[in-house]
Amino acid sequence: MSLAARSARRPKVLLAATLLVVAVLALPLAFLLTEAAGAGASNVWHLIWRSLTASLLWNTVRLTVVVTVLCAVIGTLAAYGVERTDLPGRSVWAVLVVVPFAIPDFVVSFGWSSLSTWVQGFRGAVLVMTLAVYPLVYLPVAASLRGADPGQEEIARSLGVSRLATFFRITLGQARRAILGGCLLVALVILAEYGAFEILGFQTFTTEIFAEFNIVDTSVACALSLVLVLLSLFVLVGESASRGGGRVNRTGPGAQRVLARKRLGRARLPVLFGYALLVLAALGVPIGSSVYWIFEGGAHSLMGASLGSAALHTAGYSLAAALVATAMALPVALLVARHPGRVHLLLERTTFLVLAMPGLVVALAISYFSTRYANSFGYQTAPLLVLAYSIMFFPLALVCVRASVAQSPVSLEEVAGSLGVRRLPSFLRVTLPLVAPGVGAAFCLVFLSAVTELTATLILIPTNAETLATQFWAYQQNLSYGQAAPFALVIIAIAAVPSYVLGRFFDRLPRRGLAQAPGVVT
Amino acid sequence: MRGLLRLAAIAVLALSVAACTSGSTASGKATITLYNGQHVQTTETLVAAFEKATGFNVAVRNDDEDVFDAEIVAEGPRSPADVIFSENSPALEYLQEKDLLAPVDRSTLARTPNKYNSPQGDWVGISARVSVLIYDPSLINRSALPTRVLELADPRYKGKLAFAPGETDFQPVVTSVLHAYGKPEALKWLNGIKTNAGSHIYPDNEAISAAVNRGVVAFGVVNQYYWYRMRAEIGAAGVHSRIAYFAPRDAGYVLNISGAAILKSSKHQAAAQSFLAFLVSGEGQEIIAHSISFEYPIASGVQTAQSETPFDELEPNPVDVGELGTGAQATALLRDVQLL
Repeated sequence: MSLAARSARRPKVLLAATLLVVAVLALPLAFLLTEAAGAGASNVWHLIWRSLTASLLWNTVRLTVVVTVLCAVIGTLAAYGVERTDLPGRSVWAVLVVVPFAIPDFVVSFGWSSLSTWVQGFRGAVLVMTLAVYPLVYLPVAASLRGADPGQEEIARSLGVSRLATFFRITLGQARRAILGGCLLVALVILAEYGAFEILGFQTFTTEIFAEFNIVDTSVACALSLVLVLLSLFVLVGESASRGGGRVNRTGPGAQRVLARKRLGRARLPVLFGYALLVLAALGVPIGSSVYWIFEGGAHSLMGASLGSAALHTAGYSLAAALVATAMALPVALLVARHPGRVHLLLERTTFLVLAMPGLVVALAISYFSTRYANSFGYQTAPLLVLAYSIMFFPLALVCVRASVAQSPVSLEEVAGSLGVRRLPSFLRVTLPLVAPGVGAAFCLVFLSAVTELTATLILIPTNAETLATQFWAYQQNLSYGQAAPFALVIIAIAAVPSYVLGRFFDRLPRRGLAQAPGVVT
Repeated sequence: MRGLLRLAAIAVLALSVAACTSGSTASGKATITLYNGQHVQTTETLVAAFEKATGFNVAVRNDDEDVFDAEIVAEGPRSPADVIFSENSPALEYLQEKDLLAPVDRSTLARTPNKYNSPQGDWVGISARVSVLIYDPSLINRSALPTRVLELADPRYKGKLAFAPGETDFQPVVTSVLHAYGKPEALKWLNGIKTNAGSHIYPDNEAISAAVNRGVVAFGVVNQYYWYRMRAEIGAAGVHSRIAYFAPRDAGYVLNISGAAILKSSKHQAAAQSFLAFLVSGEGQEIIAHSISFEYPIASGVQTAQSETPFDELEPNPVDVGELGTGAQATALLRDVQLL
């Protein structure tokens, strides 16, 4: 088969898979539109066009902007230190800086707000959210720095460009897509955040949407959710506009070289101090307050069995969701990276909208469609819960996979094709190893998010089952912090495992994967 | 690649183990599904006692009552729920208004004083709590606290007040003020408390209780049991706050009724009726009386066993559950002043 014929045929499969994914992800939006339409256009307009909306808009936008910028700086610097310098204890830091993402946001805000009354309102929200979500920038940037071509930096340095200028022009340039992708995720996640603001007393669109569900005004809640969708559209367009074009994949053929790490020299101590401070703030405070509550809390009943069963459910659902979401992300990422075009890009972009929708909306949409149009098939069973997680966190998987796909040179697949390797083996032996770091990061991010998910879980979890998050919630609702705390600690422990695996995975995979793929070493 | 396969295997394994541990019960009698908006621990105790007494099984799902309302409406006639147990009457009145509830047996309704039941007989009152002020004595003297709900809007409390406009426990207070003073006065009052609260607007009573106890804000409107729960949990030494009641029969002094109802779409009407009957029986009410929910039992003549103000010493505003309704009037007012 000729090369031209191959690349002309491939999009059919990819496109079909992508269309299926897009259709599934559109369910929540379809639900929102149906419900909002039920309220009537003039009603919806009346409810949106009010001064409250303006103040919510102001709160939401300023929080999103400030936290996104802070996360971009912290996430990028942390990734650079771990991936490109001779920072002592790199493999430990690589795990420690990722774990905070898996700490439930309400645990972070509870930990911080119990430290000081200063942690309130806007400043509290900025602090807590930055510490909770900066790993969303760290992970893709670390993956991208790891996969990037060291040759470009060496050339720049050899041409007399200063260290600092090389960092800004070459290193950041190579990581630009990953940084922007991470920022996009941060912005969308903040738009949908609820748990953290509950304790901090900060009002955003999402807290208001929950309040509307609180008073059972579903159509109003849905109308407000549409504003949230609109806001996330702005974020998406902004990200697309600043992303620009250009190729970022390696120029050199064959296996990636081991890159020389920058010496930190005199900066070593301050940098170490910075990492310690970050880990203390993002990890130490919430863990510390959980431990404090275990000792200070009221009378405890024995709950070993409940902890074990909840941990098992959490791990099972989250692993399955991570697999499904990553599998869903692959065709979409390959389609836009290998066959860029306006329609394909538009399809890919629409999948991001779902990240800004509160979990409650996604879960209610699944309730609505499965009970009304699917004869309640699978309703409140594990597969539908896993599907809900996969829908909610799909964009996290997509960003990671895409970053890796963009960096893996298409020429390697073409070489495999020209050597007569068929499409599926070529995908398994060439493409997948090339994008392995991204796939790993995707898996990990979805897993970490699913571990802490609460609002959709409560609606869709199989009856009589419980996860760590639902048990934490059940005790916390009753102000039984002492009994809630062990669940938070187990969540953190479970999250540490994939964070560690991810760190190790990144350490080995890109090179090993390439070396193992036959027919790619030219 | 191999790593991925291994992960897949682990996921499948974990899922299947998880599926097994949540398997169904073996007994031949019917299983009813309970949508529980009440405190998880107390409900678990009630359910265990009911299962033991009757041989029926109860599958419990936990969430906020309002989310359950939205869920039941989204699920439509195929809702898996047989019974809903809520913390406040408006959540049930809402379902009643949507014609989703089945009538409760007369003998069950007769266990609870009629004024605490659904006026249409579609749900039965189970327990009660009352709205109070929680305050930090180091930030405000007890003598300086308001005793009438209208005083909450007084400019001298600017920056000192906290409340939760979206909380299902607060809306009955708004409805009560509306009934007592009429719409113009209620709107003026809402604008006043909005100004006084400033940035101290919280999503729920748990957050208000915690904030006042930490000294973030001087006082707030909550239900009495949050403070008792907090004291039981963190011990008297950790509690820096106190509670204060409104003046007798003041519009802010509102009794909130927690109740249960059976869905019309339920296919286990008999089992569901027997569960409701159990909740208001002497045995069920004694469980509530001794529970850590600190709610007042209101049926079968049972009194609370906890050290709090006895139920018959409370002097709440006589506004009844019918007047509290679905909370829609309160919501409309809160919208008018941009609190919702």
